[in-house]
Amino acid sequence: MLTISNLSVTFTQYDQGLRRKQLTVITDLDLTVQPGEVVAVVGASGSGKSLLAHAILGILPDNAQVSGTMEFHGERLTPKRCKALRGKDIALIPQSIGYLDPLMTVGRQVQRVGQLNGLSAPAARRLRDRTFTRYDLPPTASRHYPFQLSGGMARRVLVSTAVMTQAHLLIADEPTPGLHPDVVTETLNHLRELAQEGRGVILITHDIEAALQVADRVAVFYAGTTVEIADVQDFAGGNLRHPYTQALWRSLPQNDFVPVPGNQPSPENLPRGCLYGDRCSWVTEACREARPPSQFIRQGWVRCIHAER
Amino acid sequence: MSILTFTIQKLLRLGLLLLAVAIFTFVLLSFSPIDPVRAYIGADMLQISPEQRQLIAERWGLDQPLILRFGDWLGQLLQGNLGTSMVYNQPVGEVIATRFWVSLQMLAIAWLLSGILGLGLGILAGALAGSWTDRIIRLYAYTLASSPTFWVALLLLITFSVSLKVTPICCAAPPGVLAADVTIWQHLHHLLLPSITLSIIGIANITLHTRQKLIDVLHSDYILFAHAQGESLWGVIRYHGFRNLILPALTLQFASLSELFGGSVLVEQVFAYPGLGEATVQAALRSDIPLLVGIVFFSALFVYSGNTLADLAYPIVDPRIRIGGSQS
Repeated sequence: MLTISNLSVTFTQYDQGLRRKQLTVITDLDLTVQPGEVVAVVGASGSGKSLLAHAILGILPDNAQVSGTMEFHGERLTPKRCKALRGKDIALIPQSIGYLDPLMTVGRQVQRVGQLNGLSAPAARRLRDRTFTRYDLPPTASRHYPFQLSGGMARRVLVSTAVMTQAHLLIADEPTPGLHPDVVTETLNHLRELAQEGRGVILITHDIEAALQVADRVAVFYAGTTVEIADVQDFAGGNLRHPYTQALWRSLPQNDFVPVPGNQPSPENLPRGCLYGDRCSWVTEACREARPPSQFIRQGWVRCIHAER
Repeated sequence: MSILTFTIQKLLRLGLLLLAVAIFTFVLLSFSPIDPVRAYIGADMLQISPEQRQLIAERWGLDQPLILRFGDWLGQLLQGNLGTSMVYNQPVGEVIATRFWVSLQMLAIAWLLSGILGLGLGILAGALAGSWTDRIIRLYAYTLASSPTFWVALLLLITFSVSLKVTPICCAAPPGVLAADVTIWQHLHHLLLPSITLSIIGIANITLHTRQKLIDVLHSDYILFAHAQGESLWGVIRYHGFRNLILPALTLQFASLSELFGGSVLVEQVFAYPGLGEATVQAALRSDIPLLVGIVFFSALFVYSGNTLADLAYPIVDPRIRIGGSQS
């Protein structure tokens, strides 16, 4: 349904005075999403995950340049098409309640989504009430302002905004941080349900455990690129291809609980070769020469020239 | 917080403010070079002997220490006795009431005009930030914000009254017409240019503030999400921008009452418009102390009421104050 290949996003910034600076925040990113599946995009903060969501929706700031191709239902996503599709065929589930207007009741905001999708005001209101019932939100929730909602209610309201649309693709941007474990499970189950209805779901998160709980496939994000796209079974099954993914898996508390040493390279000075090169234990001269291409190995995609071993 | 405590608090603060104003005014005036006896007697001063002068001063208690004089004066003030204006030969209260009534219409028109136009221009400039429309509006706002009021007033007077002759050159009514015979159109015609002058000055300030606030709002997360939901730029402004903009705009609008009041002093002088501002200048130039003090008190009250109205408007506009405040 959604195919992204070689996506790069570069920001032009003005340094001191008029010196221009190029910041490449997403580099050669590949991702595919099929109807009915949940694809988790997992990466540390600052790896450009949210910008991926904004790029798909075409809501990047003006100083961003996008290259590479994005196809939705087999057709190129041009800025014009993005504008026509967003909120209707592609919907965003944002991170926090801060993405709702603080001065408007949540009922009106959710209703507005229906109206933007071509419903009349009464029809949108009926759909909103049905959606709120579906997510166990009390009828009084409609009259609440965002600041009055609890964390769990806020999550359900945000999911409701996406369910109001007929969108085939949902992008959930960090829907779980700072939440009670019950609420996390509940939110992830909602995403699973939406996928079972035949929608494609992209779950953007830094929480690899949450991702493994709900996703069909996991795309591991590192310094703005996908280093590996693996089936969820590959994690527990020891079938991981990329050294970074393996290190992430080992860093989980229930596994070896060893942290991955070092930091991501800053987008201001990315290495010429493999982006993971300076933290990798497998690194060779060949890795420092050029960026590794994406290869299909053991039923998964990986950007590592040593992945076969 | 209940309405009762709010009212009591506000009144208490007003009382303290007026007391402070009273102390300042009194101390400043007692140090000013104006001799009260001379100011009272005026041109007949030459016919009065130093002994007579001394007698008047004693009778008025001018030989008493400052603090006693202040107590006396404050006592009279509390009884509502503001004294008699020497320039207009009328009780100060009456002068202020009639003069303010004339000024009020001008102030109201200027206030509404500057609020509506300032908000409109600010939204336009903020929404199209960086475009030519924005640059032109900003140039206009910066130019006006940095030009002195009386200069703008003179310029408009020269253009519209002297050269184009479309507006009257002075006053609140045509000369030689009885007050009772002045038609509403003549009245409005005379109001037009002073009101516009006064509003032009307010517009710049409100435009620039509104523009900046809208730019801030448009960069917020909830606007990003609204765009992601397929809302257009004008849809975003209509449903979210305006709502989040109106609170600071209201504060500014009510705070601008003080600037407007200050501006009216200059504008009324240039247009010879017989309002409170013109009376202020007369009182100051001709050492009419009672009137000057009365006007100082009145303007403090006026500005304070404006700010209180803004306070009252907050909970109406912002649910976080209305509901959040009553919950805590």
